[in-house]
Amino acid sequence: MLSRRSFLESLGGGLLVLWTLDEQLNGQESGGSHRHGDDERLPQDVAAWLHLSREGVVTVFTGKAEVGQNIRTSLTQAVADELRVQPAAVRLVMGDTARTPWDMGTFGSRTTPQMAPQLRKMAVMMREQLIIVAAQDWHIPPSSVAVRNGSIVDLKSGREKTYGSLASTVDWTKIVGTDGKLSAASDWQCAGKSLPKINASDFVTGKHKFSSDMRRPNMLYGRVLRPAAFNAKLATIDTSAAERMAGVTVVRDADFVGVAAENEWAADQALRRITAKWDERKQISSNELFSFLKANPEEATERSNDRPPAAGGKEMASTYTVAYIAHVPLEPRAAVAEWDADSLTVWTGTQRPFGVRSDLAQAFHLPENRIRVIVPDTGSAYGGKHTGECAMEAARLAKGAGRPVKVVWSREEEFTWAYFRPAGVIEVESVVADDGTIQSWKFDNYNSGPSGLDSPYKLSWTSTRFHETRYPLRQGSYRGLAATANHFARESHIDEIAAALGMDPLAFRLKNLKEDRVRAVLEAAANKFEWSSSKRARGHGYGLACGMEKGSFFACAAEVSVSPERKVRVERVVEAFECGAIVNPEHLQNQVEGAILMGLGGALSEAIRFADGRILNARLSEYPVPRFSDAPAIECVLLDRKDLPSAGAGETPIMGVAPAIANALFQATGVRVRSMPIAPAFGSSNV
Amino acid sequence: MELRVNGHPVTVHAEPDRLLLFVLRNDLDLTGTKYGCGEGQCGACTVLLDGSPVRSCQIKIGAVAGKKVTTIEGVCRGDELHPLQKAFIECDAMQCGYCTPGMIISGIALLEKTAKPSNAQIKEALQGNICRCGTYNRIVAAVNLAATHGEKNHA
Repeated sequence: MLSRRSFLESLGGGLLVLWTLDEQLNGQESGGSHRHGDDERLPQDVAAWLHLSREGVVTVFTGKAEVGQNIRTSLTQAVADELRVQPAAVRLVMGDTARTPWDMGTFGSRTTPQMAPQLRKMAVMMREQLIIVAAQDWHIPPSSVAVRNGSIVDLKSGREKTYGSLASTVDWTKIVGTDGKLSAASDWQCAGKSLPKINASDFVTGKHKFSSDMRRPNMLYGRVLRPAAFNAKLATIDTSAAERMAGVTVVRDADFVGVAAENEWAADQALRRITAKWDERKQISSNELFSFLKANPEEATERSNDRPPAAGGKEMASTYTVAYIAHVPLEPRAAVAEWDADSLTVWTGTQRPFGVRSDLAQAFHLPENRIRVIVPDTGSAYGGKHTGECAMEAARLAKGAGRPVKVVWSREEEFTWAYFRPAGVIEVESVVADDGTIQSWKFDNYNSGPSGLDSPYKLSWTSTRFHETRYPLRQGSYRGLAATANHFARESHIDEIAAALGMDPLAFRLKNLKEDRVRAVLEAAANKFEWSSSKRARGHGYGLACGMEKGSFFACAAEVSVSPERKVRVERVVEAFECGAIVNPEHLQNQVEGAILMGLGGALSEAIRFADGRILNARLSEYPVPRFSDAPAIECVLLDRKDLPSAGAGETPIMGVAPAIANALFQATGVRVRSMPIAPAFGSSNV
Repeated sequence: MELRVNGHPVTVHAEPDRLLLFVLRNDLDLTGTKYGCGEGQCGACTVLLDGSPVRSCQIKIGAVAGKKVTTIEGVCRGDELHPLQKAFIECDAMQCGYCTPGMIISGIALLEKTAKPSNAQIKEALQGNICRCGTYNRIVAAVNLAATHGEKNHA
């Protein structure tokens, strides 16, 4: 079993980074340096972030990674807005450690609230400087000129200078720190509109090169020998048969054993000819998971208010469980590594290019500036690609073979050797007065995580604890982290209280909510769903859930049907979502819809089964993810708050799906399911 | 071994047990066809074999000698995108775009057979293709849109 500490070591601090996000981000705000981020501080000069060519093309440099959330598009909109240029004049260089400023990683829904304003600030500085130099050239005051579509215009005479013609007149490394005023959302020209995905035609034609599509001259194809089980130690190995194969290189470094060959087939053949014996040990299985977590607490963090628990009222207690699930990014981990003397370049799909660079530097005892990590737009991640195992493997094999090597994990490897969303046990105890006010609320989360613990409800007395425990599988980040588990428990329990009091779930929530922004989305979702007026069909149930996380606010209403054969189907989902000023309505809606689909898998059917250090369902045929036939009718209500800063939206819309479904299932059947996934616990014929 | 790929005759020197998917990707550098699962479950590797959609991760190269293979690289009409490719862009029917080539190939196979499919027919035809980003409803809309364009073209 891993303890949390040894896990952190094995992940290179990846998980720790998440849980101390705010502190580290504050650190990121200070200081001044240049691009090519060898330094974990944000550079302050324009040259580090923007380049203006003589042709008027603006190149933007950001360490963020595009994994399908469409930030290549939204960040383009931000820069085009402040520079008053067409989006076609803006190009983004993303996730390239040799070219972009240091960045902690693409996670936590931070791109929109942090990177977009950072780039806007730089674009304002560039615009203001272009105004100054043009006005100086014309010997007129800056107030006499305007910017229009990539040009500076003399308001009196109408003469123009293009940005491109002024590009080389400014030393952009010297333009620092003037805090220009960012445009208000109500003044946005490019942002706020549905600009189509920037490079969409490259995806529909197959031209886009994902990491797994990269090819280098003389490249070999690599495969890695995997242990028979987790925590197994290599006892004996015989690689001689593989080594005798023509064109095959076997690389061995302690427990790491891999092969590189001229094509994927030869690499597979070589791997099969390696015989290895592993010392295994007994490990727990998924059947005993929840009792194991409860029995093995390590540390607890508690937040509570100081008021004493109120006496009297109805007492309720429930336990909720959440299984381990896998991200299943359709592009598995992939990397191409190429050495040039003692410099290393790696193309890989990761959310943390600079973190992977650090890991590689450490492993190969190289300074970080000898290593370049490049992240091509990646075939999704969902929090599952914080780490760089595949980059490390490709680099080891390339070093051993003396040629570039590509490694693409098989689906089975992806299911087994990546990491999982933490499983958890959540206990909720509440006391509620007869008038429906919540007197006390005790919430204990074992292992799944401390995200989304802030309650949007008025609670007289509250104690919220997150218990770190020992745990059996490698676990890490996942879209929304533990906020999905915590909302599942909170919003299910809220529903249980409403049912016990005989109150309408909507009315009970509205009575107890203290957060106005949650109230607004809840009312919007209920209206669109026609919660109070629409008549349920036989065997159908309606359920609600709402909440907030990472600066955005959601309410989800689901309609579930149960067939006589106990097949559970989600027929309809209405989600209202508010994340401040909307940057790209179409892409936001797409994110919300996608989060609903992904949330539906974890809610209904996804669960990793394991025993004795083996994953028992490490294939798509045994681990069903949502397909076309599972997609419900979806309606989104997007509340545009132009008066509020934009928050990220890739994660939070997933959080209400599971509790809304569980609550709808209760209304349809009277059965309260307190486990994710819901379908097997319900005894559904879905599984 | 001889086969026709995207209308061109191609000679491949490959062990006959190698999978069509990897010969396309690694030997012919046609990387638009993707690996997703290796067991024919996700549809990312879908290509047309003599016009029918197949999972190229399940087919040995030895079995396709002399046959016609169409990959995503072969569906444009000259410089112009196929109506379904255009519809995917118009409907924003993708997020990460990794499943997109396989979806489009499966969709084209459907439209070749059924010019104006119902939503149920679209879902059935694409049931074997996974979009993990969850853009299913948009993909259905894109196939519908392409079908409508196709109707106009024929009118």
